[in-house]
Amino acid sequence: MFIIGELINGMYKKVAEALLEKDATYIRALAGAQVEVGAQALDVNCGPMSRDIVGDLRWLVENIQKEVDVPLCLDSTKIQAIEEGLKGARVKCIINSSSADKEKLDLYIPLAKKYQASLIVLTMDKKGVPGNKDRRLELAAQIIEAAYAYEFPVQDLYLDPILLPVNVAQNQLFDILESVKDFKSMTTPSVKTVVGLSNISQGSKERSLINRTFLVMAQSYGLDAAILDPLDGELMNSLITADLVLNKTIYCGSYLEAYKKSKIK
Amino acid sequence: MAEELKVLDRACLKIYELTMGACAASGGSRKKILKVGGQSAMPFLFEEGEIPHAPLIAAEVSDIVEDDCPFVLKNALKGLTDKPVDWAVEMMGEAGADLICLKLQGTHPDFGNKTSKEAVELVEGLLKKVETPLIVLGSGQADKDNDVLSAVSEATKGERLLFGDVVQENYKTLTAACIADGHNIIAESPIDVNIAKQLNILISDIGLPLDRIVINPTIGALGYGLEYAYSIMERARNAALAGDKMLAMPFICFVGQEAWRAKEAKVSESEWPGSGNADTRGIMWEVVTALAMLQAGADILTMRHPQAIRIVKKAIEDLMKR
Repeated sequence: MFIIGELINGMYKKVAEALLEKDATYIRALAGAQVEVGAQALDVNCGPMSRDIVGDLRWLVENIQKEVDVPLCLDSTKIQAIEEGLKGARVKCIINSSSADKEKLDLYIPLAKKYQASLIVLTMDKKGVPGNKDRRLELAAQIIEAAYAYEFPVQDLYLDPILLPVNVAQNQLFDILESVKDFKSMTTPSVKTVVGLSNISQGSKERSLINRTFLVMAQSYGLDAAILDPLDGELMNSLITADLVLNKTIYCGSYLEAYKKSKIK
Repeated sequence: MAEELKVLDRACLKIYELTMGACAASGGSRKKILKVGGQSAMPFLFEEGEIPHAPLIAAEVSDIVEDDCPFVLKNALKGLTDKPVDWAVEMMGEAGADLICLKLQGTHPDFGNKTSKEAVELVEGLLKKVETPLIVLGSGQADKDNDVLSAVSEATKGERLLFGDVVQENYKTLTAACIADGHNIIAESPIDVNIAKQLNILISDIGLPLDRIVINPTIGALGYGLEYAYSIMERARNAALAGDKMLAMPFICFVGQEAWRAKEAKVSESEWPGSGNADTRGIMWEVVTALAMLQAGADILTMRHPQAIRIVKKAIEDLMKR
């Protein structure tokens, strides 16, 4: 499981304040703390309060890199901001994200290719988020077709089935799990899959429990990556244990410690 | 060629490179330094990654030879078995072993009960006669090994030898000695990848760096569990190359010890009519076991018969041709 830390996001009040005051110390500490507990990449999002998304994203990228040496997941709806982040990055980047609309893919796939970045594409389009598995699969096929057309390597393509909150779209969640498995079977080598995990528990009380329960289930459906809170220790331990049950790592008595010693730099 | 056969694996982690022996400038007295590990591919798959070092053959030499030593071996080592230093020199010379694996079997309370002092004298005497580092093994009796091997470790401080074996039930004393005296250690697990991993964690928790551990996965000879050992080694090595640092150590396989325990290697033709020439049979039992272990990922083979060593050494040279 590829772990993308979600905490550098302007939706969080402290990050928004740090961004406003250009408090690099806070951002760097938050980057370091996530990597220290096992984040293998960091999501970078300026949030809705930013008045200068392009400048802010670049500032974040430059300062995070002074602290840690992991891939950065540039998270914005504004392509200019993403390109500015790509220009400022010396590490591998993941673009987060494009939709399945052709005009978007025509912009984002060439951009990812130009900067040798990975690309997250949401299986949604102008018509909105799919209401069923078949529509998700149809959009996934369109995305993969576009990637082939641009000769973009599918190993660098992450499909996001869009995780919906359990209190909003409970009937969709099993379909989403099955979509993860279906996406993986569409190409050889397999396309990658990712979810923004915390979405599932938006507005719920037992957030951590819901997050880790879904994550473990999604792992068993072949999920490759998740944007999540790596400081949630129970979540991380569940993730490590699920990899063990799925025979992706070798058991030993101290397997939690072994994972941490192996994965954490 | 079919498309799928062209797919090459790429490792995301290298096996730790382990150095045996320290020269005068590094605090030892060895003229020859040996390295194992460092590879980023499965055995001999040169197109998939780096394989910087050839597997080594360590000749097994013991301070006492047990009564049931196979006659084929006794004949081959005629006149040497009660002189460990001469025995070692002969194996390094004519047989062509890369280093010596000295087993201090005679320190066992039931097999001679030699003292730590005697063991130290033997190791020191041997170090004067060979230029390479040594592998030093205890007798397998935990309490005595803790005394003897700690004493040998201290006496050879700075030489960067390889000491063994530690097991899950008894690892602290020898590990602490190896940390203090700058040696490497062999971690033994009973054909069990889970225990191999756990033991490496325990050893590293005390403070020995991961690049100073060699895994002894425990093997069986041909006909005696060889396939089982093979699959355990393959599984561990695959996990290591995929990123599991706790299994990314070189392997040592005790081929001689296991092969010469087999009935097929020991029994004479007169006792077992139709079984073929006993000399050839014993040698080939050791050779075939060694070759299988090389393919499973062995970095150090310990072997006994000089002719078997010569054959396997040649095979390694051929396998390492790219």
